Amino acid sequence: MNLDKEEKEMLEGKYGKAAQKSMEILITLGEIFDAESMVEVCGVQIAGVSYANLDEAGLEFLSEMAKDGNVRVLTTLNPAGMDRENWQVLGIDAKFAKNQNRAIDAFAKMGIITTCSCTPYLIGNSPHYGQHLAWAESSAVCYANSVIGARTNREGGPSALASALTGKTPIYGYHLDENRHAEVLFIVNSSVKGTDEFGVLGKIIGDKLVKLGKKIPYIVGISSATVEELKSFCASVATYGGTALFHMEGITPEFNKYPKPNKDIVEINQNDLDRTRAELIDDEAEIDFISIGCPHASIHEIAQLANLLEGKKVKKEFWITTARPTKRIADEAGYSKIIEDSGAKFAADTCCVVAPIKGRFKGIMVDSAKACYYGRAKNKFKVKIGTIQECVEEAIK
Amino acid sequence: MKFVGRKIYKGTAEAEAIVTNDGISFYGGVDPDSGKVVEVGHELEGQSITGKILVFPSGKGSTVGSYTMYRMKKNNTAPAAIVNVQIDTIIAVGCIISEIPCVDKIDINNIKNGQIVKVNGSEGTVEVK
Repeated sequence: MNLDKEEKEMLEGKYGKAAQKSMEILITLGEIFDAESMVEVCGVQIAGVSYANLDEAGLEFLSEMAKDGNVRVLTTLNPAGMDRENWQVLGIDAKFAKNQNRAIDAFAKMGIITTCSCTPYLIGNSPHYGQHLAWAESSAVCYANSVIGARTNREGGPSALASALTGKTPIYGYHLDENRHAEVLFIVNSSVKGTDEFGVLGKIIGDKLVKLGKKIPYIVGISSATVEELKSFCASVATYGGTALFHMEGITPEFNKYPKPNKDIVEINQNDLDRTRAELIDDEAEIDFISIGCPHASIHEIAQLANLLEGKKVKKEFWITTARPTKRIADEAGYSKIIEDSGAKFAADTCCVVAPIKGRFKGIMVDSAKACYYGRAKNKFKVKIGTIQECVEEAIK
Repeated sequence: MKFVGRKIYKGTAEAEAIVTNDGISFYGGVDPDSGKVVEVGHELEGQSITGKILVFPSGKGSTVGSYTMYRMKKNNTAPAAIVNVQIDTIIAVGCIISEIPCVDKIDINNIKNGQIVKVNGSEGTVEVK
């Protein structure tokens, strides 16, 4: 790889050990993927924050890097294993909380903003079109590449940290125009509405891409989509298809930049949507847990929940997972009080995917296809998908 | 017999080879405390990879696997070196942060279980003694 003077000096250790190790990681990845050089990144999103995933090994690595590592670009964190303020109310044990805070403290020592959210783009780590990033968190990667038109590969925890500490990433993959062409055309012949239904659509497309061995879909037939619907779609298509980039006619900024695929064409009809929705509802699901906010709820979704929950009482464990800055807006707007008066709980900084809740509930109801996947695979819950309204109805009945 | 592949991480190691045609997921598939493969149905299930030259096609599974490799290094349960057909990012990053010599682009059919193998990660070579 061609390295500039600063990059060479980082590799030689002139910027400290953490920067040296980081540059070793980035150069090795660059050489594996035939990158010619590094590119400066405008922002970093780090995954691998929950102590449940990091364990002592990850924490030890982070502590080592934190000895002399300092971020050179805006860097935020993925959800942690708990709400940093409200963990006791959510039933997290004290030992886990202590270890989780050790991990977050190591990130903070490096100058990382410890917001702990999977939606950095909603809370100020907000890139614009064409910018280079090094993001982990598969749903946010998909959103940044597709909805914003920024450029990032699917980073892992250590490679994202390496970019944070050097401000660089090797230029390959989704950073290059030639790798952003769509491969499969999906024609949607039915109207798709709501976060749940966009999640179902994401599963259909993701599953099909895996079968075809392809990565980038071009989707036509969607007339409009909200930010919330798109974030749900991104989470789902990334979970089921490993998709980091899609183009959607009339919706995403690069839809006109690349040709529509004309070889692999897949039509999606109402019965495909119905069938796939049914796959996300376990017959014998006994729901004792409702969770909204996968990916993290926006302020608009929280307003909607406040409206639905006003004057009601929930009879089941009900979590709203969101970024702490979004929760603060909800506090100011009065939504938090309405929601908490109903008995529903905020779980900021965390989510139902990374919190240590395996086996704690029998069945989870969500409006997110991604949450269904991890509810089953990781937490051994029965699952049921529905609209936000249906989730609230289930909670109060 | 000496084979030339691609250097992934520097350093040299000479030890007994343990070879599989299955992919390896360090996160969940290997117990970092015992150094044994624990993935159900894996060719190496129940076998220790500690101190061996671990030869397999490619990594698989969660990116957290890189941290598991680091933990094994700290626990003294890590393999001495890794030889892959095609490296993936999890194994590459794991080798770098754990400082485990690693070479890829090697035809692993040339290496048999139990042979003494020398890996030179700095040169990108693998020598079967």
